[in-house]
Amino acid sequence: MQALYATAFGCMLAAALYLLMSRNLLRMVLGMLLLGNSVNLAIFISGRLSSHVPPLVPLGELVLAASANPLPQALILTAIVISFSLVAFTVVLFERAGCALGTTDPDAMREAEPPKLVIDPPPRAEGERP
Amino acid sequence: MTEAWILALPIGIPLTTMALCTLLQRQALAQRLVSITGSAALLASSLLLLATTYDGTVIATQFGDWPAPFGISFVADLLATAMVVITGLMAMTVAIHALVDGARERERAWFHPLYHGLLLGVTGAFLTGDIFNLYVWFEIMLISSFGLLIQGGRSEQLDAGVKYVVLNLLVTTLFLMGVGFLYGLTGTLNMADLATVIPQLENQGLVKTLAVLFLMCFGAKAAVFPLFFWLPAAYHTASAPIMAIFAALLTKVGVYAMLRVFTLPFGSILEFIGPPIGWIAGLTMITGVLGAAAQFDMRRILSFHIISQIGYMLIGLAVATPLALGGSVLYVLHHIIVKANLFLIAGAVQRAAGSYHLGSIGGVHRSAPFLTLLFVVPALSLAGLPPLSGFWAKFTVVRSSLEAGHAVLGAVALAVGLLTLYSMLKIWNEAFWKQASRLSDAAARRWHADPHLKLAMLAPILVLASLTLTIGLWPEPFVDFSVRAAGQMLDGEAYARAVLNQTLPPAGGHPQ
Repeated sequence: MQALYATAFGCMLAAALYLLMSRNLLRMVLGMLLLGNSVNLAIFISGRLSSHVPPLVPLGELVLAASANPLPQALILTAIVISFSLVAFTVVLFERAGCALGTTDPDAMREAEPPKLVIDPPPRAEGERP
Repeated sequence: MTEAWILALPIGIPLTTMALCTLLQRQALAQRLVSITGSAALLASSLLLLATTYDGTVIATQFGDWPAPFGISFVADLLATAMVVITGLMAMTVAIHALVDGARERERAWFHPLYHGLLLGVTGAFLTGDIFNLYVWFEIMLISSFGLLIQGGRSEQLDAGVKYVVLNLLVTTLFLMGVGFLYGLTGTLNMADLATVIPQLENQGLVKTLAVLFLMCFGAKAAVFPLFFWLPAAYHTASAPIMAIFAALLTKVGVYAMLRVFTLPFGSILEFIGPPIGWIAGLTMITGVLGAAAQFDMRRILSFHIISQIGYMLIGLAVATPLALGGSVLYVLHHIIVKANLFLIAGAVQRAAGSYHLGSIGGVHRSAPFLTLLFVVPALSLAGLPPLSGFWAKFTVVRSSLEAGHAVLGAVALAVGLLTLYSMLKIWNEAFWKQASRLSDAAARRWHADPHLKLAMLAPILVLASLTLTIGLWPEPFVDFSVRAAGQMLDGEAYARAVLNQTLPPAGGHPQ
């Protein structure tokens, strides 16, 4: 069971990184979704996988012995909410950027960092400065 | 109980202000009033925190009343307190500057709620004692900064936004993965508890791997050598007050996270992580300052200097003596004041001379002599000339690295200081000293016709410049404070006692 989940995590992570490195905004946003979910899966595995034993702490003990730890599931819940809102923002931003810049290739977006150093000659009268 | 309130206020005030500003979005005047009041209240609450922890006591509280390793701890030691105080100071000064120069457009794009959301994320990150909670504060800070960065929606801002958003989301997601693995390895998320659990683990190789993962994530946040590309691609597209608050706080949260994580939870392997940090620090200083030398736009020069200065702050972790870490703390405090001030000055120069581009402006020393005087203080302080704050910060850092036998690091730090001076002289020659262009003449006339604009822009700059002078002329209390903060970080005992001892869980299980 552990090995299956771990393999699934590895495959998802690899696919996510592949998509993130592609030069297309749509693929990148899909990669980000996949990355978020693969990380959630990793946290899930780290809290042990077992569904038979209820997560109750026995009287006199401080830690869960055999059952799945519920805390990672709480962490995942938080992470899902955060990654959902951030991806929603990213989708809108990418849509606007694609429309405004006329390309979905992030390498071709050079508005903020123009490829050539633009040195415009200062407008000044002749002989103003030695 | 009062300790809980003192710790909760620097988080609760920005939260309340953010909510109120959102409700008052339509009423510009009321919103501004609330925003300024909220910033002032944040500064006041941070000073209250300083008064409580100044003598070296560490205060801690558990939100939700679950006992320490299970609940979410909030802790203030000297380092966290210093960072919160400087955040309050920046909140106040930048909020005043943000009242002019395109304030209407910003307010239509929800500037005030986002601004206080950013401050909320930053103070939360400084005060939390729980590593998953740190991730949550990072995300709050990020989502607010996304909104602030693309305010106005110009095409260059959207371009910058794409790169900033992707790279920052990527590293925070990896940070979350690291937190998950750390929990799987140790079974705890409380940083003080982690510090006791991690040295006892058998699998120290995995601990080191995780430490490197955290180094990468926080390094990307702090814009260190191979991971800084998002910063110069993005910062210069925002308006001056937004650039100033970004430059002051965002990268420094990354530096703070490194200082905290590699002294407290990973403190036992600081000797392993120190040498790579030393390399990263040196290369960050060099690439940043060379990048700045190639630029001809004030905003981009200053953006690259943020990167080069981050290198100095990491020397403390590389050398890892109390003096070196103290130097790092002092450097962070000095740098936040100076760098935010330089961005505010760049905004004022843009109004007084017409452009950020050095080629097309000039003559500010004639049209705005007071602004010129105010530029000199942070510019020379950034380069590290005595008797300004930068000199003492650099002196402490360089001296500690020489004492500990890191001569190369010290030499690089000194050489980079010289190159910083070159960039500052470039701004001085082109913007201030050169003959005025027609563009600058026209802008100077508009500048002098608007006394409100001048007051709102120059007052925060004056406050920050006088603070730089104060640290420079009277460094002793500041150096002493920083070294004491470093001692607390390296010792870690007071921190652990404050977090863990106060509420040992009663025998027999969890409280209800």
